[in-house]
Amino acid sequence: MKQDKHGKNHKFGMVVDLDKCTGCGSCMVACMSENNVPFKEDESNKKDSLTWMRVYKITNGKSFPETEICYMPRPCMHCGGKGDHGHSPCVSVCPAVATDYDHSSGIVSQIYTRCFGCRYCMGACPYHARYFNWWDPKWPEGMESYLSPDVSPRMRGVVEKCSFCFHRYQEARDLAYVEERDDIEEQEYQTACTQACPAGAITFGDLNNPDHAVSQLVEPDAHNCGKPKNPKAFRLLERLQTNPKVYYVSEREWVRKAGDNYLDGEWEKVKNNHGKDHG
Amino acid sequence: MDSALIPEGAKRCPFPVFALGLAAVGVVVLWGVYAMGLCWFKGLNQTNMNDYYGFALWIWADLAVIAIGGGAFFTGLLRYVFGIDELKNIVNLTVVIGFICYSSALLILAIDIGQPLRGWFIFWHANVHSMLTEVAFCLSLYFSVLTIEFIPLILENRQVDKVPFFHNLGHNMHGVMAIFAATGAFLSCFHQGSLGGVAGVMYGRPFAYREGFLVWPWTFFLFTWSAAAYGPCFTLTVLKMFEKITKKKLVKDNVVHLLAKISGWMITTYIIAKIIDTIYWATVTAPSQGFKFMDFYSNNSFYGVWILVLEIAVCGIVPAVLLTKKSFRENPKLLLTAIILGTIGVCLNRWVMVLQIMAVPVMSFDTWALYIPSWQEVATTVLPVAYGVILIALAYRYLPVFPQERELNAD
Repeated sequence: MKQDKHGKNHKFGMVVDLDKCTGCGSCMVACMSENNVPFKEDESNKKDSLTWMRVYKITNGKSFPETEICYMPRPCMHCGGKGDHGHSPCVSVCPAVATDYDHSSGIVSQIYTRCFGCRYCMGACPYHARYFNWWDPKWPEGMESYLSPDVSPRMRGVVEKCSFCFHRYQEARDLAYVEERDDIEEQEYQTACTQACPAGAITFGDLNNPDHAVSQLVEPDAHNCGKPKNPKAFRLLERLQTNPKVYYVSEREWVRKAGDNYLDGEWEKVKNNHGKDHG
Repeated sequence: MDSALIPEGAKRCPFPVFALGLAAVGVVVLWGVYAMGLCWFKGLNQTNMNDYYGFALWIWADLAVIAIGGGAFFTGLLRYVFGIDELKNIVNLTVVIGFICYSSALLILAIDIGQPLRGWFIFWHANVHSMLTEVAFCLSLYFSVLTIEFIPLILENRQVDKVPFFHNLGHNMHGVMAIFAATGAFLSCFHQGSLGGVAGVMYGRPFAYREGFLVWPWTFFLFTWSAAAYGPCFTLTVLKMFEKITKKKLVKDNVVHLLAKISGWMITTYIIAKIIDTIYWATVTAPSQGFKFMDFYSNNSFYGVWILVLEIAVCGIVPAVLLTKKSFRENPKLLLTAIILGTIGVCLNRWVMVLQIMAVPVMSFDTWALYIPSWQEVATTVLPVAYGVILIALAYRYLPVFPQERELNAD
C-alpha cells in the first residue's frame, strides 16, 4: 500500500474557495477535455448531460438589491462513507464491484468494463455526481485525434464520474518510481480543473499531509472523519455522514448554510460548531 | 378443435374465440417486443430516464409485480408448511401468477440494464454488501423454485398425464412440494426484503433511508411483510376477474374468505408496523438529517401528502378493516373493494419507494425532478402484462388450475 512520508495512507481531496469562483466554467471544460467526456449536439437538457464537474448557481433567495450569487463547482465527492471506512453511498450498493474505494489514495474508482449499467450508484449518490452514458460517445469529425490517450472513452450503457484525474496520479507515481523516489510531490499530482481555474479557486492535494495546502486550508479533523476545523469551511451534506473529500470555503454565512439542510433554528445552533457533531 | 387438451368435464369457449382473444393480446405483445428491441439495439436513450431518474417506471414495475406475485410464496407456505388444506384449491392459481410475475421481473431487469450482455456480472463479480446482489441471487433461485412448482400442474394436462413417466413424475413432485414451498418461502423472504433494502440502505437519500436490524433496514422487513399481506389480494383479484370473464364460479367461498381473512390480518399487522415506521422516520430519522416531514411532500406538482394518505389510509387501513371483519369480507362488493384497494396499495408503496426517492431534492439548492415515461418504457411495461394474460389464459384452458371448477359448475 502506498504511504506518504508520514507513514499514513494518502487521502486526496479538494478545497474550493467559493468566494473566488466566478462561475466561468473553465473547470468543466478542462475536465471534459482531459477525461474524454462526450457531449451531445444539443446540451440544453442538463439532466442527461455528462458533466463530471458541474458548476451550480445558487442564490441567497433575496430580491434586488440584496441578491447574492454563488457558483459552486461540484465534482465527485469521493466520499469515505459512514465512519470514513470506505463504504461510500455508491461503493456499498454497486452489485458488481464496478466502483470501489481505494484506501491508499481515498479515491473512488469506476471500472467501466465491469459496470453493467444498473444505475443503483446514481440513485444512491445525493450529489448527482454520477452520469449514465445514454448514448454512444460521438465526437465531431477530426476531434477523435484530440482525445487523451491516457483515459479510455466509455461505452454506451455504463456509469461514469469524476476520477480526480486518477491517470495523472498514476503518471506521477510512475515518474517517482523511475526517479527512485518514495513518493510524489504535491505539485506532481494536480487535477485538470485545479490547473484550469483562472481564479485559483480550486486547491488539490493530500488531506493527510499537513504540509499540503488543502490540509492547511480546511484543517481536517482526523478524529472526526475529516470534518473541517476551519469555521469558514464546510462539506456538502455533512449531516448525511457521507464524509466527502471535497471541501468548500466561504466567508459568506448563507453560502455555508446552503451546504446542508437544517430545521428551523438549527443553523444558529450549529454554525460555529465546527469539528463537532451536529445536534 | 382442441377439446382433447381441455381438462375433463371443463367447459371452455370455442377455439376460434379463444384464438381471436390471444391474437388481440398478441398485438400488444408485438408492440412491447418492438419497444424492447429498440431499447436493446439503440440503448436506454429510448427511455425518458435521465441522471436524476436512474430508477424509474421499469424498476417500479419490477418491484410491483414481485410484490403482487407474493401470493405465491405466502399461499404455498400456508398450504404446504402450515398445512392449511383448503388453500389447495387456490394454490395452483398463485403458482401461475407467481411464475408470470417473476418471469416478468427478470425480463424487465434484462431490458433495464445498460449493458444487457453483462448481466451475469452480478453473479460473477458479486458485491456481498449490495442489496441488489441479494435480489439477483434470491430472485433467480426463487424463479427456479416457481418453475419446479409449476411443472406438476403442466404434467396434469389430460394428454401429458397419459404418459406414465410424466404421470409418475407429477405424482412424485407433488409429494415433495412441501420442501420446495418452504425453500420458496425462505428465498422470498430475502428477495422481497432485499428489494426493500435497496431503498432503505441509501443513506444519502433521506426519503429512503431507514435504520434497521443488523445489516437490514426496516424497509427490508416491511417489503417482505407487505408482499405476504397484499399478494393474496392480487391472487383474489385475478380470481374475481376470471370468474367475471368466464361467468363461472371457480373457487368455493370458504376458500376465498379464508385467504381474504388471512390477508386482512396480515395487512392489519403490516399497516401498524408501517405507521410506526413512518412516524419514527418523520420524527427522528429525517430530522436528524435536516429534513422536516413536509419537505418530502411539498413544493412540487405531484408528490403531495395525499400519496401517503392514499397508501396508508385508503389502501391500507380500509382493506385491513374490510377483510378482518367477517360480515364485510363476506359481502361480495366490499370484498372486491378491499382486494382491489390492497393491490393498488402495495403497488403505490413500491412507486413511492422508487420514484419519489428519485424526485425529492437532497442538496438544499437542488429542485424536485419529475418524469414522464416514453412510449417505449410504457410498451415494455405493458409487455409482461400481455404475456401474463396469454400464459394465464393458456393455463386456464388446458390445465386443471381450479380443482373445484368441475364440482361448482356441474349442470
